[in-house]
Amino acid sequence: MTVTTRLRSGETRPAGAAPSRARRRRVASLKAFLYVAPALAFSLIFLIVPTLQTAWYSLYDWNGLSVATWAGVQNYIDIVQDEQLRDSFMHVGVLVVFYSFLPIAIALLLTMVISRAHALRGMSFFRTVLFLPQVIASVVIATTWLSIYSPNGLLNTLLRAIGLDSLTRVWLGDFNTALVSVGFVGTWLNVGLCLVLFLSGVGNVQPELFEAARLDGASGLQEFFGITLPALRGQITVALTLTVVSSLKTFDLVYITTRGGPGNSTSVPAFEAYNRAFNSGQVGSAASVAVVLTIGILLITALIGRLQPKDTE
Amino acid sequence: MKLSLGEKLVTYLVLVIFAAFALVPLLGVVITAVSPSSSTSGFRMPQSIDLGNFVEAWDRGHFAQYIVSSIIVTVTVIVVTTVLSVMAGFAFARLKFFGSNIVFFVLLAGLLLPAEAFIIPLYFNLRSAHVTDSYWALILPQIAQSLAFGIFWMRNQFMSFPGEVIEAARLDGATDLRTLWQIIVPPSIPSIMTMCLLVAMWTWNEFLIPLVMVTQDNLRTAPLGLAFFQGQHATDYSLLAAAGIIIAAPIVVLYFFLQKRFISGMLDGISSR
Repeated sequence: MTVTTRLRSGETRPAGAAPSRARRRRVASLKAFLYVAPALAFSLIFLIVPTLQTAWYSLYDWNGLSVATWAGVQNYIDIVQDEQLRDSFMHVGVLVVFYSFLPIAIALLLTMVISRAHALRGMSFFRTVLFLPQVIASVVIATTWLSIYSPNGLLNTLLRAIGLDSLTRVWLGDFNTALVSVGFVGTWLNVGLCLVLFLSGVGNVQPELFEAARLDGASGLQEFFGITLPALRGQITVALTLTVVSSLKTFDLVYITTRGGPGNSTSVPAFEAYNRAFNSGQVGSAASVAVVLTIGILLITALIGRLQPKDTE
Repeated sequence: MKLSLGEKLVTYLVLVIFAAFALVPLLGVVITAVSPSSSTSGFRMPQSIDLGNFVEAWDRGHFAQYIVSSIIVTVTVIVVTTVLSVMAGFAFARLKFFGSNIVFFVLLAGLLLPAEAFIIPLYFNLRSAHVTDSYWALILPQIAQSLAFGIFWMRNQFMSFPGEVIEAARLDGATDLRTLWQIIVPPSIPSIMTMCLLVAMWTWNEFLIPLVMVTQDNLRTAPLGLAFFQGQHATDYSLLAAAGIIIAAPIVVLYFFLQKRFISGMLDGISSR
């Protein structure tokens, strides 16, 4: 290998010699490269270079029109000092609980109760229904919940029907409930996903294991911690990655339902980045938020990835 | 393995409760959509079914135009993504070439990056190139995002393709390109179809890229159209519900027919990252 490489770069081969193996390999390599070149070009032009530009933009003060001025790390300092930006990152922390921890906890609990549901009749129907929210456009989901949370919407109507009139309120317009209401949509979205994921994971466990455990007189809890939970490690990792990343990226839902309001109570980083870049002319600040958000997402993905059991890769 | 009757009942009960939890908001939308349109009265079971909201949403909301835009964008993205993913996936799985690791790493980065990472400069780049406010501004970035997934999907598929068959074709003197399209692709059609379904769903449902890239009404895709429609008819929930159903319907119908592909595709696709 080293010899051919040297031949290639050193041009020591006499001119006019028969095409060498190195040359043929180089042609084959070039041809193979042509297969990936268009995809590479798309990735570079539309994803990679703009991402690097985002980092560059974040060091400037720019309103999107006039000449940008150098700002150094001021935009990053602002993320810590500016209350509005700091809050947006805190809010996303709350959303992670609703989008990720709650659905995973609920789904695990249910999996414990119904660990052998995959063998039941009608399971494919339930799987289809539980997974349904995943395929509906986020904008449609958002308008749906906007209607449910509205003053005379489904939620308040239900509360009145069961005599809890005192609890009714404008859920998305109330400082105390807006963020939780947005978060609950995430719980609704992700419970089904986690449940489908975990039930399919339990389906892969050999039934003999459960039977043996029962013969040995294992309790339901012992069965869960001894067999089910270890078997689900891969699925839990996937569920964590998916739901945490989706909560960090929350944008569509906030844009449609609250635009960050009331006040600043539901603003999230993705919304701040959009709003500052395209509405309020603070492109540099928007870029710095995007950079922090991206680094956060990549770090968390990498950290969760380390939980993944090695043998499944 | 046998389940006792009690276990069965508990299991069904839990499944029914959570299926209802998933369905109630969606059924609420359907009921709202067929209720007579009005902005003051609240949610209640309708006395009669009224499909007028669909007609009104369709006419007043320009949804025919938005659906056409969505179809143009989605079909173009699917076609280009499929061709390029199949070729690149084949190269990564079956060909050796200089720098393949670096190229693969670059494409991997594309899969992990959130849209927020690149959308701001991308808008200004495309604006400088006079591409914003055109279908291209919707299609090209969407292809770039879809390719990241498509290449991984096809590479995994082609790596499990029996190597002897490919060797035999090569010995018969078939070129790589011919081996790919005539030997490898035909038996891989099911997995290519799954990829197309997922790309179709993501493209159809995409919101941020159209929101940023186009301002002209006639270029809006269906979800973006709904967002603007919601801005204008903020509290007319019957109209909004009808419009939402119109937009969600194509993908939901596909999903009901091909739910196994959707579910396994989404779960496998995510797991393989």
